[in-house]
Amino acid sequence: MKLTREEVREVAYLSRIEMTDEELDRMTGQLGAILDYADMLNELDIEGVEPTSHVIPMKNVMREDVVKESCGVEKALMNAPDRFGDFFRVPKVIDEGEGH
Amino acid sequence: MELCTKTASELIGMLRAGEIDPIDIVDSTFKRINDKEPDVKAFIVTLEEGARARAEELKDADRSLPLYGIPVAVKDNMCMRGAQTTCGSKILTPYEPPYDATVVEKLKAAGAVIVGKTNMDEFAMGSSCEWSAHHPTRNPWDLERAPGGSSGGSAAAVAACECSMSLGSDTGGSIRQPASLCGVVGMKPTYGAVSRYGLVAFASSLDQIGPFARDVRDCAMLLDVICGHDPKDSTSIDREPPDHVAALDAGAEGMTIGMIKDLFGEGVEPGVRERVSDAAGVFEKMGAKIKQIEMPIVKYALPAYYLIAPAEASSNLARYDGVQYGMREDADDIVSMYRKTRRAGFGSEVKRRIMLGTYALSAGYYDAYYLRALKVRTLIVKEFEKAFSECDILMSPTSPSTAFKLNEKIDDPLAMYMMDICTIPVNLAGLPGMSIPCGLSDGLPVGLQLIGPTLGEQALLRAARAFEIGSGICGMIPGEKTD
Repeated sequence: MKLTREEVREVAYLSRIEMTDEELDRMTGQLGAILDYADMLNELDIEGVEPTSHVIPMKNVMREDVVKESCGVEKALMNAPDRFGDFFRVPKVIDEGEGH
Repeated sequence: MELCTKTASELIGMLRAGEIDPIDIVDSTFKRINDKEPDVKAFIVTLEEGARARAEELKDADRSLPLYGIPVAVKDNMCMRGAQTTCGSKILTPYEPPYDATVVEKLKAAGAVIVGKTNMDEFAMGSSCEWSAHHPTRNPWDLERAPGGSSGGSAAAVAACECSMSLGSDTGGSIRQPASLCGVVGMKPTYGAVSRYGLVAFASSLDQIGPFARDVRDCAMLLDVICGHDPKDSTSIDREPPDHVAALDAGAEGMTIGMIKDLFGEGVEPGVRERVSDAAGVFEKMGAKIKQIEMPIVKYALPAYYLIAPAEASSNLARYDGVQYGMREDADDIVSMYRKTRRAGFGSEVKRRIMLGTYALSAGYYDAYYLRALKVRTLIVKEFEKAFSECDILMSPTSPSTAFKLNEKIDDPLAMYMMDICTIPVNLAGLPGMSIPCGLSDGLPVGLQLIGPTLGEQALLRAARAFEIGSGICGMIPGEKTD
C-alpha cells in the first residue's frame, strides 16, 4: 500500500494538526517508510489468533457509590488558557473551521 | 569521598547513626548539580529551595523512614504539586499540576528529598532525549553523546551523582535503554506493579514507572517504596507487594538463565555482544545454568509496537487541545484553534506518532495494521510463556549499541526506533525487565538486560545482585576508576 500526500493531509486534519505542504511531503515519506517496515507483520500467520489489547485480565473496577472530596473549581481552572467565571472559554464552535 | 557519590544505602547508614543530617546531603548534592549541570543538563528544573526546606523539616523526623534524607529526581512526566510538569513539551509549558502523582506521594511519605524534574524526550517518545522541547541532555560518560531516552535525564542525573536515585517511565525501553547507555541500574517493573496515577499517559497498556539507581540494592529499595496497589489506578495489581530488598542476597545458584539468541544477532555491536556473553560466564561462575533460547517472534515486536503505541498515543494526546491547560494559539474558530495550538505545541516526533496512530486506527486500515499488531502481541506473550516454562529468567543486551553521538540518528526515525529492539518485546508482554551495567566497550558502558516472568522482580534482583558480586561491576561512576 503506497501512502499518498492526500491521505496524509486527511490524517493531519483528523489529528487536528495544521501542516504546510512542505511538511506534508516530508511526513508522507517518513510515515510511508515506517508503514513499509510494519508490513513485515504480514509474514506471520495470525489465523485464529486472538488480539491482546491488555496483558492483565481486566475487569471493571468499581468503588462504593459515596460522595468524596473533589478538586474544586479553582484548582480545575488554575491552568486554563482562558476562562470566563467558572468556565473554560473557547473560540466560537459553530463553523467547521478553515476546511481541509 | 563526597556524600553525593555514595549510594542511598550507604547514606542511610550514616544518617541513622547520626553521623550526618539530611542538609549535609542536600549541600553536597547541589554543589554537584551546580558543577555538573552546565555540561550534562539532566534537569528541566532543579528544586533547591524546596529540597533545603524539606531537609530542615526532616531533621527531627523519624530516621527509620525507608528513604530518609535521600536525594531523588523525578522524570518530568510525573505530576508534583508546586512544580511545573512539562513532559518535555512546549504544549505543557506552562502547566502546574494541582495534585501529586501516587509515586511522588510515596517518595514524600518515605522521607525522600526531591531535588528536581528531569529532562526527557517529548511525551516520552524517543530514545535519545534529543526530542525534548527544552534542550538535549548529554551523557556523563562522553558529553558528545546522547544519554538515551526517553528517561535520559533521570539516567544521566544518577550517573553524574546529581542525585542518589530517580524515577523514570518505560513504554518501550525508556528506563532500560538510558540506564544501559549511562552505566546505571534501571528497572521496568511488571505492568501494574506501580501505580500510574499522575503519570502523563503515552501508551496506557504499556507505560510503567520504575527506578534508576547506581546499584542493585538501591534499585530494590526504591522499588519497595513505589510499588503496590492504588485505588486511583484501576490497572494496578491488587496484592500485597513482596519485600524486594530481602530477596537480594539469595544468589544465582541453581537458576536457569535463558540467553535469547535472536537478540544477539545482526545490528548488535561486537563490543556489546562480547560484554553480554562475558556476563553469561559470570552467572555460570555464580552457579546458574545458561541455556540458549530461540525466540524467532521477538523481531516482530518492534513493528507491532510502532502501530500499537502510536495508536494509543493518538487517543491519549487528543486531550492537548488548548482548552483546559497548557498553551493555546488564538484563532477565530475552535477547530482552527486546535490545529494551530497542536501545530505550535507538539514537536516533530510527537506529530509523527499521533499521525501514524490516527492512520493505523482509521477506517479501512484498522484490520490491516492495528488489529494485526494486537494479534502479533498475543504471539509474543505466548512465546515468552514458553520460554519461562524452561527458564527462571532471560538475558540479552539492553541496547544493540553503546551511547551514540548527539544528532547521529535525529533525522532517521527508523534508525532511532531500532535502539529499542531488545527492550520493546518486554513491554508488549507486560513483563518486568532491568538493565544493569556489565562493563565498558571503548570506554562506554554496556547494559545487560534481564527479563523475568510476570511479577518476577525478586528473581531479577537476586540474579542482578549475584552478577554484581561475581563480576565486581557495581556503582560505576564516569571519570572515576572502574573495575
